[in-house]
Amino acid sequence: MATTLDEATVVRDANRRIRRSGNIAGWSFAGPSVFVVLGLSFIPMIWAAYLSFTNSDLVSNGHFIGLANYAALSKDPLLRQAFTNTLLLALLYLPIGLAAGLGVAILLNQKIKLIGFYRTCFLVPFVASAAAEGLLFGFIFDPDFGIVNAGLQAVGLPRQGFLSNPSQALVVLAIVYFWTQFGFNIVIYLAALQDIPEEVLEAASIDGAGRWSRFWHVVVPTIRPVTVFLLVWGLIDVFQFFDLVYTTTKGGPLNSTLTLVYYIWELAFNFFTAGYGAAVAYVLFFTSLIAIITALVYGRRRRLTL
Amino acid sequence: MTSQQVLPPVPYVDMAVHRARIAEAERRTRRSGWRRHVPQRGHMLLLPLSIIMVLPFVWMLLTSFMTNSEINRIPPTLLPHHLYTGGYKTVLASSDFPYWFLNSLIVSGAAVIAQLVLCSLAGYAFARIQFRGSTVVLIVLLATALIPFQLTVIPTFLIFHDLGLINTLGALIVPQLTSALGIYLMYSFFQSFPRELEEAGRIDGCSRLQVFWKIVLPLARPALAALGIITFIYAWNDLFWPLIAITSSHTYTVQVGLATFQGEHVTQWSAIMAGTVLTTAPVLLVFLFGQRRFVQAITGAVKG
Repeated sequence: MATTLDEATVVRDANRRIRRSGNIAGWSFAGPSVFVVLGLSFIPMIWAAYLSFTNSDLVSNGHFIGLANYAALSKDPLLRQAFTNTLLLALLYLPIGLAAGLGVAILLNQKIKLIGFYRTCFLVPFVASAAAEGLLFGFIFDPDFGIVNAGLQAVGLPRQGFLSNPSQALVVLAIVYFWTQFGFNIVIYLAALQDIPEEVLEAASIDGAGRWSRFWHVVVPTIRPVTVFLLVWGLIDVFQFFDLVYTTTKGGPLNSTLTLVYYIWELAFNFFTAGYGAAVAYVLFFTSLIAIITALVYGRRRRLTL
Repeated sequence: MTSQQVLPPVPYVDMAVHRARIAEAERRTRRSGWRRHVPQRGHMLLLPLSIIMVLPFVWMLLTSFMTNSEINRIPPTLLPHHLYTGGYKTVLASSDFPYWFLNSLIVSGAAVIAQLVLCSLAGYAFARIQFRGSTVVLIVLLATALIPFQLTVIPTFLIFHDLGLINTLGALIVPQLTSALGIYLMYSFFQSFPRELEEAGRIDGCSRLQVFWKIVLPLARPALAALGIITFIYAWNDLFWPLIAITSSHTYTVQVGLATFQGEHVTQWSAIMAGTVLTTAPVLLVFLFGQRRFVQAITGAVKG
């Protein structure tokens, strides 16, 4: 009897020691990362919530002014403009970006030569910096010296204002954005396509499915989770649209390319209305959260028709 | 699994019918050319599309070797008459470009080294060591990836201001020391990693840190390479935070410096494009050499 009790104590002590050494080792391995990540996310997040109820000017702390910032932003025409522009960008980019990404991924998912070369070409714009690409396209679409206007003139079409034309600038930015981003969609779709077992497609063929019905009834439903992921990712990305605007139009002409993030940056770091900027940032946060949750729920419930 | 949801269950068919169906399906794929003709058709679409994708970069490289008068000519010159290097000289000599480049190298290099160490340590801890709170902390950590930087940027600026780091490279390095995505990447790698080797090391009397350093890390080289490449590209390309945290030209990174340079030399496209080439080149080189790892990392992060 005594020996078993002793054994039990020994085992318990050993377990406790192992657990303690695990706690120490675990926290000393993960601690620094946890400290930095949480310290630079949750603390600023709470701080931003507090700032949004003050009239902070970035230099001083400001005074508590209650809901005044939120009342002001509901009547802010620039915020509405930034909101509309961001939404328009999402509508212009996301459907085409997803469809084109899938299309090219299907083309790449074949055993033909040069696939590696093609994939590299499609990924290069995604890898290079958006700031440099903004400058590059500012030059390409330059109304006076740009190669696009030279091309239009050469074939007898009228020159365009592009980024300096309020009714064209956002569309041009959407095109540039598409060029920089859809390589990512291609790579993710390609990986998903390569995961579809060959037998499934063969079975569908044997059951009499043609190429189109194989695509619609086998490929598209199988990769639906990936489509939902890319939709969510794309939404997050569009809501953070900044670099291209900063290096091309700076929100102009006539605020036609003012995006939410660009507006927040201007409010906080150009106009020094940090409290109001924080309030706008919270509106952006909740809007994007709602959009993401909607995409997730919708994607889970229904078949996405791309 | 999904096929069962989509396709109707196959009813019993006698073998003759079955064989006929296979033959028919084979004939159809042969006739519609799924295997034989698509390759050519594939090239016909892929080749022009991929050229369009890289054409802007080719144009960037070409114009960086043109004189401004060549660029401003109407119709424009398509090929430089000779390799004019004045644009490069202008951007290197009449701006702080060398500083910007060096600053970017320092920040990106520090970010890569720090993330390789901190993310792999944390990822390993969450995947292998049982410690109190590990599950909750991991979930919270991953949830922070959903907090957009724009929400936290104003207080982050205030924090770094209070720390006295604004306008120093430290302000750029500290937020890059580790990342939720990097931790997750290493975590999922270590989860699929065989335990036996580590256990053998433990039995031989190595401490946890020794096991990690001598056994685990050398075998984690593919994952580390992927993490390093992604971190470098991300840190090098960042514009938003350096733009806010840095105010003096000597401390700019290339992205901020280039944007400022363009603002000050609006029509000197030759020099601007030369600067753009120099800014893009390091990232593209890293990408070209590490493309396989880069693709693995981004697809792996999604699948996991």
